Amino acid sequence: MGRKLLLENDHIEGIRKLDVYRKHGGYSSLEKALKTMTPEQVVEEVKASGLRGRGGAGFPTGMKWSFIAKPAGVPRYVVCNADESEPGTFKDRYLMERIPHLLIEGMIASSFALGARTSFIYIRGEYFYVARILEQAIAEAYEAGLLGKNIMNSGFDHDCYVQVGAGAYICGEETALIESLEGKRGNPRIKPPFPAVAGLYGCPTVVNNVETIAAVVPIIKDGGAAYASIGVGKSTGTKLISASGHINKPGVYEIELGVPVEEFIYSEQYCGGIRNGKKLKAVVAGGSSVPILPADLILKTAAGESRLMTYESLADGGFASGTMLGSGGFIVMDEDTSIVKNLWNFTRFYHHESCGQCSPCREGTGWMEKILHKILDGNGTLADVDLLWDIQSKIEGKTICPLGDAASWPVASAIRHFRSEFEEYVRNGKSIKDVKHYFRLHQVAEA
Amino acid sequence: MSDNKEYKFSDETLATAQRIIRRYPEGKEKSALIPLLHLAQAEFDGWLSPGAMDCVSALLKIQPIEAYEVASFYSMFNLKPVGKCVIEVCRTSSCWLLGAEDIVRHIEKKLNIHVGETTTDGMFTLKTVECLGSCGTAPMLQCGGDYYENLTFDKVDNLLEKMKSEGKRRVYTKDDMINI
Ligand SMILES: Cc1cc2nc3c(=O)[nH]c(=O)nc-3n(C[C@H](O)[C@H](O)[C@H](O)COP(=O)(O)O)c2cc1C
Ligand code: FES
Repeated sequence: MGRKLLLENDHIEGIRKLDVYRKHGGYSSLEKALKTMTPEQVVEEVKASGLRGRGGAGFPTGMKWSFIAKPAGVPRYVVCNADESEPGTFKDRYLMERIPHLLIEGMIASSFALGARTSFIYIRGEYFYVARILEQAIAEAYEAGLLGKNIMNSGFDHDCYVQVGAGAYICGEETALIESLEGKRGNPRIKPPFPAVAGLYGCPTVVNNVETIAAVVPIIKDGGAAYASIGVGKSTGTKLISASGHINKPGVYEIELGVPVEEFIYSEQYCGGIRNGKKLKAVVAGGSSVPILPADLILKTAAGESRLMTYESLADGGFASGTMLGSGGFIVMDEDTSIVKNLWNFTRFYHHESCGQCSPCREGTGWMEKILHKILDGNGTLADVDLLWDIQSKIEGKTICPLGDAASWPVASAIRHFRSEFEEYVRNGKSIKDVKHYFRLHQVAEA
Repeated sequence: MSDNKEYKFSDETLATAQRIIRRYPEGKEKSALIPLLHLAQAEFDGWLSPGAMDCVSALLKIQPIEAYEVASFYSMFNLKPVGKCVIEVCRTSSCWLLGAEDIVRHIEKKLNIHVGETTTDGMFTLKTVECLGSCGTAPMLQCGGDYYENLTFDKVDNLLEKMKSEGKRRVYTKDDMINI
């Protein structure tokens, strides 16, 4: 059990190198696509696979690809989103660091399917050493005729470049990423037009997450139907989960979608249970932006069914009792965790990372941070908790990009499920810990 | 806007910069701005003075303000002088759950500075940063492009001592930037 499609070979010595990667079947999918398939057939296989974007939103990849505009004489671009800044997420780094050629092969094959002569891998600047690993892999690929002119004698030409960012969560949002790639501040664009029509340099562009593009390789290899046979319902294939927090075995796990959450947290195959024999208190299942759930609701749905690691099961119950699979950043908190402090930490993050274009997000995230600060400091009132609720409801859905939603959901869910803890801080805040020092530690050290 | 220092890329760095600029379509050379600002930061003591940014904007034939507005948006660009080793401790979710706060406090005591400050000998600057994608090996810090993970007080002590005895500036080097 537990088939692996992406990380099957990640522990093979030297798999980072082209010759070892090829010895284990690497670039056979690309060869198959270039020599035996039309670009349209590749798109059809991706559609048939049911693959959904692994960057967070879960949008069907095949459908996204079929939207790309094809005006004559206008170049198209494929851009890989390797910005990976959603707190709790580190799977793309793992994949790129271990098996860089899997991403490069996916980039070339996806570009063939979409008719892109040029592609970019936009990687967050802090992953500098990973960018170097990718650069080395790309250099090997050029040398072997897998990039450049007339790849594998197919007549297909392609160039792939690595572009480093410079530290900004918002540049993970696809239109902010494109702005950044054009050498500007990472301010998201108003959609429409969508990148598929007017993206990089105003040309049709597909932006996909690292894991999404890597998944194209096994989809071409075994066919979309084989990929779709793994998983449950509309959650097909495998997913990389970044597991962190108070667990015995943090790390990146490739799971078949459909593993029960309980098994994921407690089995030795995955997280290995909670550290130090503590009890589970809460989980943020899909990166910091998704609603936090208390132990009972993450393990079982409100209807009492076992919760599964799928897009649908995690969302079961809507925001009243469910959450989202998101980026697969699975953050586990034990019984000693302060939900209010944790929320303050998240809210501070969103305030720091708001690009500042939209007033509700720019101002609202700051207000929420300040109110939480006040509550933690013991100066809060019960009315402040209601005020927090009010502010988050006035950010959600009222901004150009979903960063506003991402900042609202953690607040709404923490209050919804842990209101009594906020009230406890309102009563006893000052005595809880030397919070003053704690805040100072978090001062933004902008040099 | 410039100090007295002369900001000029070495021939080698200039060649790298030009190689980067060439990969974008004609008229879209501004795409090279962020990579070039990284180059400038590595070349000119780990931070971007107005003179360093002017050097980049001249190369890209853009207005200096275009370089400033981009440099000030991204957290990796230092707009003030920094120590030789910039210690950046992750302060976000999983790192925080697993003791980032204590690590920062420990470093503050050890270096006798607060977050945001530089030691008087110019060796260390301490910063806190947001999630660096190392949450499975929390707590962590980054310095000069290297990740240090699963931190303990001992590990931090050894690291700081090693850096201090080596005494060299830690930034990703120009060699790292050959194609990036
Ligand atoms: C604030 C914000 C941050 C995001 N960060 C990332 C990221 O780091 N990586 C990523 O792949 N997608 C990120 N996304 C999602 C992208 O906008 C986009 O949906 C995704 O790259 C599409 O690729 P996919 O369909 O393969 O998932 C972010 C979205 C928002 C609103
Ligand atoms: S939370 Fe520190 S690296 Fe992700």
